[in-house]
Amino acid sequence: MTVSTALDVRINGVTYTDTVDVRLLLSDFIRQSAGLTGTHVGCEHGACGACTVLLDGQAVRSCLMFAVQARGHEVMTVEGLAPDGEHTLHPLQTAFRDAHGLQCGFCTPGILMTMIPFLRDHPMPDEDEIRHALSGNLCRCTGYQHIVDAVRLASQRMAGVNAPAAS
Amino acid sequence: MTTRSFGQRIRRNEDARLLTGRALFVDDVQLPGMLHVAFVRSAHAHARLTSINVDAARAHPGVMAVYTADDLGDLWKPGPLLVEPPPIPGHVFNLRTQYPLARDMVRFVGEPIALIVAESRYIAEDAAELVEVEMEPLEAVVDLEKALAAGAPLVHGDLVSNVAAHVKQCRGDYARARSSAALLVARRFLYDRGASAAIENRGVVAEWSPRSGELNVWDTTQAPIPVRNALAAQLNLPASQVRVIAPFIGGGFGPKIMFYPEEVLIPWIAMQLARPIKWIEDRAENFVATTQERGQVHDAELAVDADGRILGVRDVFLHDTGAYDPYGLTVPINTQCTLLGPYVVPHYESEFTVVFTNKTIVTPVRGAGRQHGVFVMERLLDFAAAELGLTPVEIRRRNYIPESAFPYDNGILYQDSAPLTYDSGNYAAALDLAVARIDYDHFTREEQPALRREGRAVGIGIVSYVEGTGIGPYEGARVTVETDGTVTLATGVGTQGQGHFTVFAQIVADQLGVDVGAVRVVTGDTREMSWGTGTFASRGAVVAGSACHEAAVVVRDKVTRLAAEHFEAAVEDIVLEGGQAHVAGSPSRSIALGVLAARANPLRGAVKPGTEPGLEATRYFGPERGSTANGVHAMIVEVDRETAMVTIRRYVVAHDCGTVINPLLVEGQVHGGVALGIGNAFYERLAYDDTGQLLSASFMDYLLPTSLDVPRMETDHVVTPSPLNPLGVKGVGEAGAIPVGALFAQAVDDALGTETLEMPLSPDRLFELMSARGAESA
Repeated sequence: MTVSTALDVRINGVTYTDTVDVRLLLSDFIRQSAGLTGTHVGCEHGACGACTVLLDGQAVRSCLMFAVQARGHEVMTVEGLAPDGEHTLHPLQTAFRDAHGLQCGFCTPGILMTMIPFLRDHPMPDEDEIRHALSGNLCRCTGYQHIVDAVRLASQRMAGVNAPAAS
Repeated sequence: MTTRSFGQRIRRNEDARLLTGRALFVDDVQLPGMLHVAFVRSAHAHARLTSINVDAARAHPGVMAVYTADDLGDLWKPGPLLVEPPPIPGHVFNLRTQYPLARDMVRFVGEPIALIVAESRYIAEDAAELVEVEMEPLEAVVDLEKALAAGAPLVHGDLVSNVAAHVKQCRGDYARARSSAALLVARRFLYDRGASAAIENRGVVAEWSPRSGELNVWDTTQAPIPVRNALAAQLNLPASQVRVIAPFIGGGFGPKIMFYPEEVLIPWIAMQLARPIKWIEDRAENFVATTQERGQVHDAELAVDADGRILGVRDVFLHDTGAYDPYGLTVPINTQCTLLGPYVVPHYESEFTVVFTNKTIVTPVRGAGRQHGVFVMERLLDFAAAELGLTPVEIRRRNYIPESAFPYDNGILYQDSAPLTYDSGNYAAALDLAVARIDYDHFTREEQPALRREGRAVGIGIVSYVEGTGIGPYEGARVTVETDGTVTLATGVGTQGQGHFTVFAQIVADQLGVDVGAVRVVTGDTREMSWGTGTFASRGAVVAGSACHEAAVVVRDKVTRLAAEHFEAAVEDIVLEGGQAHVAGSPSRSIALGVLAARANPLRGAVKPGTEPGLEATRYFGPERGSTANGVHAMIVEVDRETAMVTIRRYVVAHDCGTVINPLLVEGQVHGGVALGIGNAFYERLAYDDTGQLLSASFMDYLLPTSLDVPRMETDHVVTPSPLNPLGVKGVGEAGAIPVGALFAQAVDDALGTETLEMPLSPDRLFELMSARGAESA
């Protein structure tokens, strides 16, 4: 028999309420209860990183958490990076666009959410540091090179260093 | 007319949507009243299905319905043949395709047996565990050679053996050629490939409206139009009543172009229950139920003269197709044809046998069998070079088809049923670029000896290949200037990240003088474009791109004629720029394209006979045959003698895909292909045990390369335009992946003195090869 509970989860500053099966994964709560489908599910065993969101500012794999574990915490998803939509992109998103850091885009939200705390904690990373930080996110399309370029570009811009668009 | 965006590193139109998580993927489709499906799949590779009891599952709270083969009625019939085998004389082909749900017999782990429809996927999976399936396991057919031995168990009991197909293609007289050879190099090669492992798993959502008789299907397919046609046929609906939408797709790579049981079951159930139905594959299912590529065993021989010039090649190989063969002969024919490479091969004898096994079905995965052929030829050349005292560079250069010899007919049939003819190429130029870029001579003469004196195992490899791209039959495009001045472009291919929203827009934007961002591209929706075949075989830019070009040219003509009428000027004097049409020399006398579009669709008055309304055109493009891309990859590696880990120090690609529409996107395609190739060469292995169980069925065991495993890649271009299409383009989607196995083998052997005859390697396997080499030289 399944057990249900009423649950409030704060995502991107908004409280979402639903009555859910206690074993509902956080990734499913985000996508189905909150209707925020930018967070993607690639493997459900914590290996690919596509489902990465921020929990109180730290990157976590939402497929490895139950929704009830997020009660009382602040979740941030990719939708929270550009609250006004496509017209005011976060500098990290703009850098990805300029450097062709995405192809199919499925792994991209997980990578963005992994890079946000990384760049916060390492504002001017070198290539090696970026590759290490990315190594928990699988991408099958890009071969990672343009993703690394995008993160580099974003870090320069966010630090106020003059950086050109992809040449 | 000046080219504005063609050839430029234009940023993609589609990125903002993808980056903000607002792009629609199939699992994002939410419909009121939607129900969810989970499958019960076979846990055995080969078994008699003696009984299924679904009573407990049906009774589970929240379950709407349970289906087995007996519940499917007319739907229970074999799936269609997707690709007709080319008309190669004397070929044998035994078609066996999957039924939507298994009955009586299961033939591979993951084969669907029953399905549950429930209020949520969680409940559906709970109920799936309550389905009682009784099976009598049978001996599984796993090894290719054992599968053909007398007395082997049969995958298909109605056949006399496990032979799925047999094909032989010849050119010249190899037997005679080998008798005059100065050197014969013969080896047995094992080339095993892996899963596509797109980060998005498969999925289908279907919605049936009984009152309007309309079926809408969202499907993670690379080929929405053929899927629409197959659904209409299987479900007895007019094609015009079936709409298949391939929205944003999270990676295709080949296995998303199929007609899976799930793709017909989900829509059928939607019609049965008159409720929207969703099924999303999970990763565990993907490893067994989504098609993959696997192994071939080659016995090959190369005959060369004393100068290392190829006299001929003979190759006999076995190809694993898995339990069924819906995709015809595409993969092994690609192997057979691509083995010839960029070389003059006067005599060729190639024979393959396709073998049924109790494993997942094999259909093309990025490269589609070309990797295997390239591996065989490149390795044979490497061994010949070593025996003759030639470098790998020199032996290749001596055998290249010269620039003057195009179009070059290889004398055998390709996967598109046309003669394998290379349209254009300059193979030596690519080789020179790669040799220069990686400083081949300096490395081999100075750096490598110095590093070796320090005891370091460093090696260099360089390989070349050709890739048949841009095959037919055709694609279509419809270009429409809207009254708001934007341009709509609809084409039938689907998009899985290749940048179609941008590349096709560039082609049209340049013709019409509008901004790339003003061209709104619609792909993968059968309601918008209902003729075409799909995204596969590196053909999108060539075939769909050319159709976009032709349609845009016609619309350009309509625009300039209308503008000429408006300005009372000559058509030749009209300039299209910045979304406006003006008379050359008088840019202030201009009219917006949107205004012209409105005028082209009057509400009153008379029009001249033969006038078409609006500024719109639909055109189809079908090349007479595929265009041939080529490339050279070079790599420097270091092998750790204790851990057998391989570090790639440099990776260079010299690539020719003809005219380049967007260099940024071409680089991306090459990078992604190389990454897949590195995965296939060293990290990824689909490990089946002898009962047909896949042991590496999660990302914990099946290792996709990460950002730490894929090096920074340096790419250079050669451009030999294709004469077969108006843009001169060639395909590039698969290129990066094709030569990497051969390259890895050469570089690692150079580092260690081993002789690598198989793919994939891995640290353990490399360690074994190193130890054997060490034992030999002890």
